[in-house]
Amino acid sequence: MTVFKPSHEEQNKSSSGTVLSRRQFVFGASAMLALTTIPFSKNALASAIGQSLTQLSGKVFDLSIDYKTVNFTGTPARATVINQLFPGPLLRWKEGETVTLRVKNNLDHDSSLHWHGMILPTEMDGVPGLSFAGIKPGETFEYKFPVKQSGTYWYHSHSGFQEQTGVYGAIVIDPKEADPVVFDREHVIMLSDWSDEAPETIYANLKKQSDYYNYSERTMSDLFSDIKKQGLVNTWRARSMWNQERMSDRDISDVTGATYTYLMNGNPPAQPWQALFKQGEKVRLRFINSSAMTIFDVRIPGLKMTVVASDGQNVQPVTIDEFRIGVAETYDVIVEPKMEDAYCIFVQSIDRSGYTVGNFTSDEMFTAKIPDMDPMPILGHGDMGMNMEGMDHSKMAMGSDSMSGMEGMDHSKMAMGSDSMSGMEGMDHSKMAMGSDSMSGMEGMDHSKMAMGSGSMAGMEGMDHSKMAMGSGSMAGMEGMDHSKMAMGSGSMTGMEGMDLSQPSMVMPTLGLAGYGSDNEIKHLDSENGPQVDMQSGMPQSGLNDPGIGLRDHQANYNRKVLTYADLKGLHPTHDKRQPTREIQLHLTGNMNRYMWSINGINFADSAPLELAYNERVRITLVNDTMMIHPMHLHGVWSELETGDPDYIPRKHTVMVQPGSKISYLVTADALGQWAYHCHLLYHMPGMFRKVVIK
Amino acid sequence: MKNFNSLGFTLVMATASVMSSLSYAGAEDDPLLSYVAIDQLEKGLESDDPISFSFQAWVGYDMDKIWLKTSSEYQNSDDQGLEVQALYSHAVAPYWDMQMGVRRDIKPSPSRDWLVLGFQGLAPYFFDIDGAFFVGEKGQTSIRLSIEQEWLITQKLILTPEFEMNAYGKSDDELSMGAGLTDINAGLRLKYEITRKFAPYIGIDWSKKLGATADLARDNGDSISNSQFVIGVTAWF
Repeated sequence: MTVFKPSHEEQNKSSSGTVLSRRQFVFGASAMLALTTIPFSKNALASAIGQSLTQLSGKVFDLSIDYKTVNFTGTPARATVINQLFPGPLLRWKEGETVTLRVKNNLDHDSSLHWHGMILPTEMDGVPGLSFAGIKPGETFEYKFPVKQSGTYWYHSHSGFQEQTGVYGAIVIDPKEADPVVFDREHVIMLSDWSDEAPETIYANLKKQSDYYNYSERTMSDLFSDIKKQGLVNTWRARSMWNQERMSDRDISDVTGATYTYLMNGNPPAQPWQALFKQGEKVRLRFINSSAMTIFDVRIPGLKMTVVASDGQNVQPVTIDEFRIGVAETYDVIVEPKMEDAYCIFVQSIDRSGYTVGNFTSDEMFTAKIPDMDPMPILGHGDMGMNMEGMDHSKMAMGSDSMSGMEGMDHSKMAMGSDSMSGMEGMDHSKMAMGSDSMSGMEGMDHSKMAMGSGSMAGMEGMDHSKMAMGSGSMAGMEGMDHSKMAMGSGSMTGMEGMDLSQPSMVMPTLGLAGYGSDNEIKHLDSENGPQVDMQSGMPQSGLNDPGIGLRDHQANYNRKVLTYADLKGLHPTHDKRQPTREIQLHLTGNMNRYMWSINGINFADSAPLELAYNERVRITLVNDTMMIHPMHLHGVWSELETGDPDYIPRKHTVMVQPGSKISYLVTADALGQWAYHCHLLYHMPGMFRKVVIK
Repeated sequence: MKNFNSLGFTLVMATASVMSSLSYAGAEDDPLLSYVAIDQLEKGLESDDPISFSFQAWVGYDMDKIWLKTSSEYQNSDDQGLEVQALYSHAVAPYWDMQMGVRRDIKPSPSRDWLVLGFQGLAPYFFDIDGAFFVGEKGQTSIRLSIEQEWLITQKLILTPEFEMNAYGKSDDELSMGAGLTDINAGLRLKYEITRKFAPYIGIDWSKKLGATADLARDNGDSISNSQFVIGVTAWF
């Protein structure tokens, strides 16, 4: 094992802002140590530079979990740490090698380490009760598994609430083959949230008063300014639904900056972490969100970021200005600063109750200006799974995206997915549901009942259908169709002209094609009815193209391109090209007021395991029946997010499900054993959890 | 009341033993929690105004709780009130708990015992509601309804209008209560949350005896309405 860096105490005295240059990594420890001992220049920042992660690399690792007193807020508090480090050491592995990790638990309680996103044998996954019995106080558990992948991952305790108090660290795995991502230097940026309060106290506070940490609730002065702007009647109308539902449109995060200090590599914003670059370098930033509860929005004012990997897996490069990172997700981006300057790595919590920052600079003397936080998001009706604003239809839901050129439409019942629609003219539908994808050039359509799946549709003209359902697949050039009852299954259709089907003779499989997601009917089970569930999404739209609450107007307002899941396409071809043989629809449910969380209205304790047959290809559609984002993490196998290209399906381990929305991914059940499947928000996880058995 | 409490305790403990076997894979979903709240502890500004106190506590889980409610008013040794309710509370709807149990009015004397069937929860438009139907020892019946709302002036400065009404099925001469609506009470309190769990407040409190109860009070030479400025604290843990 090679320790690349001196201990934490020594780092404090050194200018170790940036140390993980790729070249340096290749040269080894001596070069690194030499770098870190460059005398620190006593400038204004001297006392304010945070420390970096400590890297351990090799094949065998000795880790110990201990208590340690930390001070992020001015008040000492007790953390649980790995190898006396906060965050734990950055573990650097090599694809193709077998790693051994001897983990000693020095806590008074059971502990464990889970290797988040690793494809490994079930008994090495580190989930007490599922993979193993946990690590008892004073005992050591030896993990040993082959490393079959490369990229940016992380590890954390899966016991109690230890994740909140510091038992987490980064994993970087170097690829066996040449890295398709070219870069000169890299930094790991681990984001997290710290509270001086014990996590059990936070959980109890939420159970007793669910808005305990929300200091952004609507006030009377908001009400008066709304009345002033919109008038009494409109204000009453806008408020009445929220009031009737007993819900708050300001309910963004359960736990906020009221108790959290947001950290970057273990540094509070008052003592920013510093990362160095040289002008003209391609710098790879490996972002990891190891928070307990905080979803972050990340940007670096002045720099474009090119996303090259998500959840450790390479994706086709996409250049953006801003991205949202859910709890447990990772994103690798490349930045190329062209000037000698300092840039602020600005990471604000989704509810804008706080932020953390890093100083990304070509010179230790430079300090970047910290921008103001963006306005706090306010939930809309679409975030409750219903979208009824802006148009005049008796029942209509439109996804949150740009729609243009829709003219003369007359629908009594209509639901449109979240995507760009353009050039729809003269449509007349009594019942219509459109899936999530781009539609263009639809003209003169007349349907009494129509459902269109997720797939691109172009050039549909003069269609006249009394009942029509189209599956997921691309459709182009449909002209002059006249169907009284029609259902189109999964498959691409092109050049359909002059069809006349009076009978439902074209009923194709309702399971959409791999890569395009699901258009199956949303079914709320009986188990969703009860005191434990406060909301059901009536018309959940696909969250794929939705930048998400608070980010939807950033393109228009600030000219910032925000990453969406739809932008993610695998760099490598889809590994398993089979079609899904079945679809599992899971509803993410809860009662915010009682602070109870569940799946299909059933909490983990009362649930039966979800069973998958070995090697089956299955689609999981997650429907969010709450107003919060749930980052869902499936252990053991990949979650292959259906972003619209069946040939390049990106692989993820954690998928954010937007409020009141749905999203689908494919799973190849190629890992025997018992696996955890849960919301990665730490205080949702105890209830919103399923055991998955693959046999 | 004693019997009821031990029944409740058994229920809580039985649930606890079921839960403890499930504490794996992460933290416990539904831990046994306890809650103690001083809803109001206040004194009228005039020297002869009473000290009043209302307190509630529960122990239990998401769906089931043992709930204790107490309210007390002390003017002098001749004029005081003390009421205690011990309830089993069960979640029946997303925002509603059904509560049943016993109530004892310890003061004024003679004391009265009641069975309680109540509903507590959050109504549309964020009205906190606590309503109960009481059946007394000798076939006496009573209904109580309290409604409260919180208006946020700022995130920490909160104005709380409250309203409560009581009604009796038949008169109780020993306690000078008449049949029908007996009294209404309205309050407006402005609190400042120094923390979520501790807030001092000032307010006005107004109560009025009604109908036959008011007549009885008049006959006894007592006042039928009372208003006062109050200063107090609210806290929970």
